[in-house]
Amino acid sequence: MSRDEELAVAAAVDARAARSAELTSLNDDYTAKYGFHDPEDYFLKAPKGLDHEVVEMISRKKNEPDWMRAIRHAALETFLAKPMPRWGNQEALAGIDFENIHYYIKPKGEQASDWNDVPDQIKRTFDRLGVPEAERKFLAGVTAQYESEVVYHSIREDLTKLGVIFMDMDSALREHPEIVRKWFGKIIPTNDNKFSALNTAVWSGGSFIYVPKGVKVDIPLQAYFRINAENMGQFERTLIIADEDSSVHYIEGCTAPTYSSDSLHSAVVELVALDRARIRYTTIQNWSTNVYNLVTKRAHAHTDAVVEWVDGNLGSKLTMKYPAIVLLGERAHGEVLSIAFAGNGQHQDAGAKMTHAAPNTTSRIVSKSISKGEGRSSYRGLVKVNRGAKGCKTSVECDALLIGEHAVSDTYPTMDVAESDVRVEHEARVSKVGEEQLFYLQSRGLDPDKARLMIVNGFIEPFVKELPMEYAVELNRLIELEMEGSVG
Amino acid sequence: MSDQMLSPDHPSVVFACRNLRVFVKDGDNEKLIVRGVDLTVRRGEKHALMGPNGSGKSTLAAALMGHPSYRVEGDIWLEGERVDTLEPHERARRGLFLSFQYPVAVPGVTVANFLRASLAARRGAEIPVRAFRQELNEAFATMSIDPSFITRYLNDGFSGGEKKKLEILQMLLLKPSFSLLDETDSGLDIDALKIVSEGINLASGPQNGLLLVTHYQRILNHVQPDVVHVFMNGHLVRTGGMELVSALEERGYDWLADEAAVAEGSRA
Ligand SMILES: Nc1ncnc2c1ncn2[C@@H]1O[C@H](COP(=O)(O)OP(=O)(O)OP(=O)(O)O)[C@@H](O)[C@H]1O
Ligand SMILES: [Mg+2]
Repeated sequence: MSRDEELAVAAAVDARAARSAELTSLNDDYTAKYGFHDPEDYFLKAPKGLDHEVVEMISRKKNEPDWMRAIRHAALETFLAKPMPRWGNQEALAGIDFENIHYYIKPKGEQASDWNDVPDQIKRTFDRLGVPEAERKFLAGVTAQYESEVVYHSIREDLTKLGVIFMDMDSALREHPEIVRKWFGKIIPTNDNKFSALNTAVWSGGSFIYVPKGVKVDIPLQAYFRINAENMGQFERTLIIADEDSSVHYIEGCTAPTYSSDSLHSAVVELVALDRARIRYTTIQNWSTNVYNLVTKRAHAHTDAVVEWVDGNLGSKLTMKYPAIVLLGERAHGEVLSIAFAGNGQHQDAGAKMTHAAPNTTSRIVSKSISKGEGRSSYRGLVKVNRGAKGCKTSVECDALLIGEHAVSDTYPTMDVAESDVRVEHEARVSKVGEEQLFYLQSRGLDPDKARLMIVNGFIEPFVKELPMEYAVELNRLIELEMEGSVG
Repeated sequence: MSDQMLSPDHPSVVFACRNLRVFVKDGDNEKLIVRGVDLTVRRGEKHALMGPNGSGKSTLAAALMGHPSYRVEGDIWLEGERVDTLEPHERARRGLFLSFQYPVAVPGVTVANFLRASLAARRGAEIPVRAFRQELNEAFATMSIDPSFITRYLNDGFSGGEKKKLEILQMLLLKPSFSLLDETDSGLDIDALKIVSEGINLASGPQNGLLLVTHYQRILNHVQPDVVHVFMNGHLVRTGGMELVSALEERGYDWLADEAAVAEGSRA
């Protein structure tokens, strides 16, 4: 065997496998690793419930300009007037008690740019979650949000010199009001849906990124969102603008403690990729099973721009999330690559929306879902091709994997094509963890749990390999945790 | 043969089954496919099993490995111990191996990861990456499989011949004490047949045994079985040596139909 071949072999003996072995003691569960919570010790905690007074208080505390305060109050009216979405899990949605939620919690301490300046208890939390370590190893910038506020923020100096802006949304509103005002709510209008209105009324924290023309940020920027309090509502607001010919990769991670009563996470994320720009937005969310996760994400892709949503949904009680891309300029390309894992008592209602609004635009949706035990996952997708958008190509692929007799998967794909010169591919598959695959692996000595895990990790591999190595390892671990315990 | 007199837990016996009957679900009923098989394989022996399509050879092999969709009656012995109540992975860890007639694909699982996990299971300990690499390199070279297959997904998009080579590569790595090889020669070109046969011979030794299911003489010329069985309609109807193989090549199976009927009668 040649040297090259040997190297190929060496590389193949998966670095990832070695890494995960060294990283883990795999017997901890969600509660031990993420589900812990700190004692509550806040600077300010809004009373439960939502009215104009709460909105006013949030805006005043943040010293916001009048125009933003006006947007908030109007949004509250829209929220109150709007009905619940008529799709998704009606029963679960009806279970949200908007009166039993704290809409704003400000932790103690000022925002720090050095972990040593973050209050001890909060720092310990992020240490446990591995955020500072990840920052040291492979990130170009980090923000860490705890409850409603970003408590830590940093960005590599060379990026600042190039004019890259990466900060929390509140700071951006103070320091770059003109850019914020130009784009805020322009991709996702307040009245898009009930939860976008809610977010607009009470938003706090989230990330703001501006990448100047021609600047390529080749190392990911990351935000980590942590809910700590019980019955907390987290409403971060993220806006990313990639100017012409620029590129950026942003990663968000989310966790929360395990409580017996519910919390609500309802973010709004707006992306703008100007001509020839490229944005990749990666999410690994792993909420505890008492969190409602109702998120609106949308991107505008201008001429020759590329936008990719890489979206991993684990945990939560109910997730409803359909990352959207509007392909506004010719030859823009959009991708939504997602996985969802639904265990007992969980419903992952996820999918994608792709609008072809210009000629020769292309898109790809790959959705993979795993339902285990009594879990349920739904794919809900819309591909729309506007009149005049000639020469478009789109492909949709959804695969569902069922583990156990009671697991459920459903798909609601919609195609709305107003143009004839279009290539549309659609494939949907539902499979069970196959008896023949299990037997094959078992006949090689793998016990059934290990064999099943291997099949599931194989199933999501096309997604996992899109992640930076550290996240790939983490995701494989999370899946392993989810796979523990009975199939039911 | 006098082998059938040997007790299945005799130290010279590596594998045996007694009065093995295999049933499959057939609607609300059960269908009997393997109708009472006695087999004794001594250490160092290679046995061949030939029989017409649909006679139950694959069913026999899969049932011996512990496939969950069969109900099995009778004893199965591996290295002096009963294994018939064990799950497939427990049988595998004790040294039973099945080369599949139709190996299934497991998309997303790399050959490397799969092999490393199964080796660890068989040996009861994780294999250090470096040592594993070394072993893999050698095995891939022996089986003339391109190293790029190490990063491919298991059997996913493999040609028929490539799958069979990978089966024997696994046999080489796992070093089973008894191997069931189900039509490992089917679909192989002449070169691949040679490589696969050599792999099988390399994996065989004085301490272990194998049962090779085949329709053709070609592979038997390479592997040189000590014992040849003819299997029809769920029974072993005749046992002999290589001369049986030439007789079958010339005359087909019809001339043994009477013996099949006798076997059926004696079980009734
Ligand atoms: N699950 C099942 N349900 C019904 N019949 C089955 C089942 N499995 C096997 N059979 C039947 O049992 C018989 C034996 O099948 P088997 O695959 O063991 O034959 P074989 O000897 O390996 O044939 P070949 O030489 O073609 O590989 C066939 O008639 C087959 O259709
Ligand atoms: Mg067969």
